[in-house]
Amino acid sequence: MSTRLAKGGRLLDKGRALHFTFNGKRLKGHAGDTLASALLANDQMLVGRSFKYHRPRGIVASGAEEPNALVHLGEGPRMEPNQRVTTTELFDGLTCTSQNHWPNLDFDIGAVNTHLARFLPAGFYYKMFIHPRPFWKHIYEPFIRQSAGLGRASNPGDPDRYEHFYFFCDVAVIGGGVAGLQAALAAAEAGAKVLLMEQTAHWGGRAPVDGGEIDGQPAEDWITATLAKLRDMPNVTLRLRSMGAGVYDHGYLLGYERVSDHTPGTNAPRHRLWRIRAGQIITATGAIERPLSFAGNDIPGVMLASAIRDYAVNYGVSIGDRTVVVTNNDDAYRTAITLKKFGLEIPAILDARQQGGGALAAEARALGIRVENGKGIAKVKGGKRVTGVAICAQAGEGAVLEEIKCDAVAMSGGWSPVVHLWSHCGGKLLWDSAQAHFRPDPANPPRGAQGEAFVVVAGSANGYLDLAGTLSDADAAGKTAAKAMGHKPKSTKAPSATATDEAALEAVWLMPQGANIKLRMKSWLDYQNDVKVSDVQLAAREGYESVEHAKRYTTLGMATDQGKLSNINGLAILSDALGQPIPQTGTTTFRPPYTPISLSAIAGSARDEIFQPIRKTPIHGWHEANGAHFEPVGQWRRPYCFPKGEETHRDAVTREINQTRSRLSLLDASTLGKIIVKGPDAGKFLDMLYTNVMSSLKPGKCRYGLMCNENGFLMDDGVVARIDEDTFLCHTTTGGAESIHGHMEDWLQCEWWDWKVYTANVTEQYAQIAVVGPKARETLAKLTTDDLSNDALPFMGWADLTLADMPVRAYRISFSGELSYEIAVPASHGRALWDALLDAGAEHGVTPYGTEGLHVMRAEKGFIMIGDETDGTVIPQDLNMGWAISKKKDDYLGKRAQERSHMADPNRWKLVGLETLDGSVLPDGAYATAPGHNANGQRMTQGRVTSTYYSPTLGRGIAMGLVHNGPDRMGDVLDFPKVDGGIIKAKIVDPIFFDKDGEKQNV
Amino acid sequence: MSNAVTALNGANYQGFATIADQGLTGMITLRGDLASAGVKAAVKSATGLDVPAQRQALMGQGTAALWMSPDELLLLCPYAEVGARLAAVEKALKGQHFLAVNVSDARTFLRISGKGAREVLAKVCPVDLSPEVFIPGMFRRTRMAQVPAAFWLDETGTFHLICFRSVADYAFELLKASAQPGGEVGLYA
Repeated sequence: MSTRLAKGGRLLDKGRALHFTFNGKRLKGHAGDTLASALLANDQMLVGRSFKYHRPRGIVASGAEEPNALVHLGEGPRMEPNQRVTTTELFDGLTCTSQNHWPNLDFDIGAVNTHLARFLPAGFYYKMFIHPRPFWKHIYEPFIRQSAGLGRASNPGDPDRYEHFYFFCDVAVIGGGVAGLQAALAAAEAGAKVLLMEQTAHWGGRAPVDGGEIDGQPAEDWITATLAKLRDMPNVTLRLRSMGAGVYDHGYLLGYERVSDHTPGTNAPRHRLWRIRAGQIITATGAIERPLSFAGNDIPGVMLASAIRDYAVNYGVSIGDRTVVVTNNDDAYRTAITLKKFGLEIPAILDARQQGGGALAAEARALGIRVENGKGIAKVKGGKRVTGVAICAQAGEGAVLEEIKCDAVAMSGGWSPVVHLWSHCGGKLLWDSAQAHFRPDPANPPRGAQGEAFVVVAGSANGYLDLAGTLSDADAAGKTAAKAMGHKPKSTKAPSATATDEAALEAVWLMPQGANIKLRMKSWLDYQNDVKVSDVQLAAREGYESVEHAKRYTTLGMATDQGKLSNINGLAILSDALGQPIPQTGTTTFRPPYTPISLSAIAGSARDEIFQPIRKTPIHGWHEANGAHFEPVGQWRRPYCFPKGEETHRDAVTREINQTRSRLSLLDASTLGKIIVKGPDAGKFLDMLYTNVMSSLKPGKCRYGLMCNENGFLMDDGVVARIDEDTFLCHTTTGGAESIHGHMEDWLQCEWWDWKVYTANVTEQYAQIAVVGPKARETLAKLTTDDLSNDALPFMGWADLTLADMPVRAYRISFSGELSYEIAVPASHGRALWDALLDAGAEHGVTPYGTEGLHVMRAEKGFIMIGDETDGTVIPQDLNMGWAISKKKDDYLGKRAQERSHMADPNRWKLVGLETLDGSVLPDGAYATAPGHNANGQRMTQGRVTSTYYSPTLGRGIAMGLVHNGPDRMGDVLDFPKVDGGIIKAKIVDPIFFDKDGEKQNV
Repeated sequence: MSNAVTALNGANYQGFATIADQGLTGMITLRGDLASAGVKAAVKSATGLDVPAQRQALMGQGTAALWMSPDELLLLCPYAEVGARLAAVEKALKGQHFLAVNVSDARTFLRISGKGAREVLAKVCPVDLSPEVFIPGMFRRTRMAQVPAAFWLDETGTFHLICFRSVADYAFELLKASAQPGGEVGLYA
């Protein structure tokens, strides 16, 4: 059983006990524990069930590479699935539960799958569930969804907060082991601004566990001294619990800081996403030990040799009293020696190499440990935990030579550099056959825009698996990076370290090398996805020769760990099955993030009321206080209508329209775009922008205009007012303010750069209130002494007035067909003017109206709406707006496009009014059918509805639509099928339904 | 004119930095040839200041001249004086091609002060706000989370930030969230 040792635990504060629960069981750990070490200290070897076969699974690793030990962490809205216990710092009150089992962890029904493993090979789902087709949706998929998967989705309502942070530095160092520390120091001493990030809560990485001396002092002392130096340097920023998550183009680097995962309940944000621009990035990301592929290598108690060492040294935890070590390299001997020195038993070291190990092997022997060269594990004995191993010759097929009782197996298949961050942005890899791993190819680093390298690799991430090599490589990396940023590195020497005489590793991809199919079917490559040696071999036989295809087919290296333990072993097996060298097979693509980061960190603070900006007019507060029903218009929220009491929206709209047509209403039109265009060439510029002539407009007057893009399509409309000889004010649609301003600047800056025109977007400078209805003039007259007569301020004119003691500009324009003044006032006065107008209009029962009333009234008048009658494919000619297209002008944007044959085609659908025979309202977007069917078997069409409303003014449904030859077919009746199967008949009529001569607005 | 109010109406938040509405401020957008004697004279007469260089903010007594683009400045003055200052600009540039327009009401004008001010901004703006890089007198037009914004730093270490009026609530709430105690990054404070 696993337990806490009396000695060891360099990271623990044994004076501080922490309580936590696992599957409801109350357990105790110490400050400094990870959840993994605390579980192991409580003999909780079994922590989960595997993905497919529901096999019992225990902790395998001690760091970010852990594939098995994933839990649901926390409860309620804080519950998060798939949290690695090895990277979760223990805190008091932590709760977690295991995943992927039913009814419970110890007894899991799904484990029956392990006996069906023969029938669940690689590609099983693809083969099994493809026929019959309809079964997938209704039978197979629901079943698979039920049985597959890791954790449950988290619950809504996360109470924690998250944020981003932008940071800039010369050199960002990822990884705070001895390599990262030395690289950071070398770069910082050269004068570079350095950021050093370490994903765990501790500096120094593996060195304090693995031992060795640096500059004549123990590694731990050197780490302390180096940190002190770095802390004293103003140009260095040190961050713990911060992972380099992804490397992107131009030195963009994402850092993932887990600010308060270990201190929940404090007022700190939980995660902080660092958005870093680094001149140079140093990946000092270390290396990850590989498992060995032997039968039963997934049984709880079989762990990486380095992890067993970590738990003993860092956390004072032993995995078992008797640990068998199995290895193909010298490093695993350190585990045997360490455990022996803790007083634990090592029944045997099985060294797959015929020649055995070097100095460390001699040391182990000297400690009295039995070392067997050329031997391996035929099979691990046990179910929910290891009870023993059967030994065989590595060279053979698995004939059992001897069985040894043990509680734990420490395995080491060699070390693979963490090349992920090097690879994210295109860094290439080399196959190092001596060490049997891929390492970064220094000739092919990730490159910037000028072809320059912007990532440097350091230490064991670069394949230097010895302390001396790591430190000198890291020192050089720091200097290289600083130099690339224009700094002068000092001519200091790298720290020295004692070299250990290690024997060469021997690649072992399968143990024993000739393992039969029964053993291969129990030799796991990918623990998380239940992929075995036999599955990869099957994939190769079935033709999945590309490593990327084999990955998808077998699921090797997928899911949360992305194959940190399994990839190299898997592709070695694949290469062997394909009979090609490993580098020819290559690796799958390394993609960010290095380990999963929270979606909340990506969202940052963008949630709840700051999820997105909501634009508000100066009068927005009044709308809110008076029960407005809002609708989004771009990022604005505009009142759709103002229902009173229990009134329905439709009733409110009807009331608002009737009030407007009969007496007086107000509309908050502040969102309309307002762009000042000024200069000697302003008139010429607007003549190009609009389809009609603007340069002939007289100061004091307004003119409606259409704007097309260079493809001829109608993109915006609005009223232009000429302010003075040089100055125009262009009103745009609400949604068009920014884009039309950009459109103007585009033409001015890129094409007509020599025209003397300046523009300014003054949309937000003004609140604009439309005062609409037969009582508009007399109401305004109460607030001003200025002359409002039709002569002084006629229709399509404007004037500066003083209204309620406020300076305003009144435009006599109308989108409703009523007598109407749009009053622009500086935004800071907007609310005051609104209040004054409500007061002044009270005697006429003044009411605000919303966008729906606006839409209905404009449709009653046959006015088009950008976005309803237009959709990016409509030209003004389609809308019978030839009157707004100048015949005199040589050119305007869109003119030539509109002359193209398809644009000039008389068969284009054209705008008409539609009047239902029964008075009902046509469905929006409905199509008018024509006889016959097209090549796809669909009904032929001859028109469609673009706007449709109930008109309170006319007491019936009205609509506008685009119809083939429409204007020539007045009186024709069209069929509009409804979604529910019925047909609505509608007559083609003039699109102006109300007050065709405009008598109401021009009084 | 007594009924003029800003969108935030004097709002103030005290976190690990202080976020405050600066109140009504006169603002003039001036577009023209920034190298011309006319613009130089216009800026001088409206603000008493020189024409700012690229990404520079010049600050005077209740005035400022801010570089917005190669042909655009933003001039600040007391709100009540904007009419007179605008007239001064127009007089200085009479007969030349330029655009000067009152935008005093189009903006929200905030102050971010206190030791944590740099970190508050560095959470929402992709700008290097380290003290050795972003120094007093610097001006930056940028993005603040999801809205455009511009800010500059004065000699007292206070940031002045402008954004559009319509997003005043968003900007204020965003900066509040950034300045919430416990969120100190610990770099610049």
